[in-house]
Amino acid sequence: MSNVYVQLFVEFFQIGLFAVGGGPATIPFLMDLPSRHDWYSRADVASMLAVSESTPGPIGINMATYAGYHAAGYPGGLAATLSLVLPSLIVIVLIAKLLENFNQNPYVKAAFWAIRPAVTGLIAMAVMGIFETSLFVAADGSYRFPVFSLILCALFFAGMNLKKLKKLHPAVWLLAGALIGLAFQM
Amino acid sequence: MKDLIELYLAFFRIGGLTFGGGLTMLPMLKYELEEKKHWVTEDELLDYYAIGQCTPGIIAVNVATFVGFKRKGIPGALFSTLGMISPSLIIVSILAMFLDQFMSNRIVAHAIAGVKVVVCALMLNTVITLAKKSFVSPLCVVIGVVTFLLAVFTSVPSVLLVIAAGILGIMLQKAGRLQE
Repeated sequence: MSNVYVQLFVEFFQIGLFAVGGGPATIPFLMDLPSRHDWYSRADVASMLAVSESTPGPIGINMATYAGYHAAGYPGGLAATLSLVLPSLIVIVLIAKLLENFNQNPYVKAAFWAIRPAVTGLIAMAVMGIFETSLFVAADGSYRFPVFSLILCALFFAGMNLKKLKKLHPAVWLLAGALIGLAFQM
Repeated sequence: MKDLIELYLAFFRIGGLTFGGGLTMLPMLKYELEEKKHWVTEDELLDYYAIGQCTPGIIAVNVATFVGFKRKGIPGALFSTLGMISPSLIIVSILAMFLDQFMSNRIVAHAIAGVKVVVCALMLNTVITLAKKSFVSPLCVVIGVVTFLLAVFTSVPSVLLVIAAGILGIMLQKAGRLQE
């Protein structure tokens, strides 16, 4: 169990198996990992998200590659990503083979009817953690109340929900954030 | 073998040219798989999507696995999945090295601080979108809030909370307490 690749496999296989609802559902699990391994810190998750949002490919896959890279370099990124998709591969092949109308089954429907809001609750908790580590904790590790960042965040959030700007690519917002960060020496 | 490589390349293009994953990938999947290759019909694609959303894992990968399996069995599923994840592996690995080196640079640090604010806003948006989609009845709101409180105030692992919710849903169905 001490081998880092075995650990990556165990952790990311679990994430792949229990993160129902795609990329964002992996975040609560990625926020849990630093309590068991020193691959990255909780604060790093915010940077990982920033990178994953602004690069092509599914966010969940990008996050796994980045997290695995932090744990054990390039082979780590490969190991984490392959472990993350292995449960999908197995589950989907089984479903495609055995259950033609899997998503019509009343018990499957009922299970996911309850799992989806639970996962939303987990993601909300993880997002609180991301707010904390990326806004409330200063570079030297001390706590601060980030008035400027919070106002900026509220403005970005409002902008994203304007009818005219809703279709804007997330990368545009991320670029705007980077420029504002530079301009105001954040 | 030629078919498998074709599957790999098709999903490589999809993975490498779309940002975000999930629903944002649907137009690209539709273009590549239905309009260009005629591998699936639109209805089939939407079915795979529905299944991909309620099975574990990354939605876009689940769709890729499904299409690959339907075309060429298990080797097809394997090649499609690998095609979908290859661009991420390549791009993120290169970027991770670059970022770790420059993260300590003051100018980069300012830019990243700004990006993090945007990530927070994006995440807040994601949670609200997910809540709108998953809180389809008052009981769903209760499940969501209770899970949130348990996650914040106890150290019950997330995995157990997901399993418990699934069992609760099945039990409610068995008890006849769920109607469409």
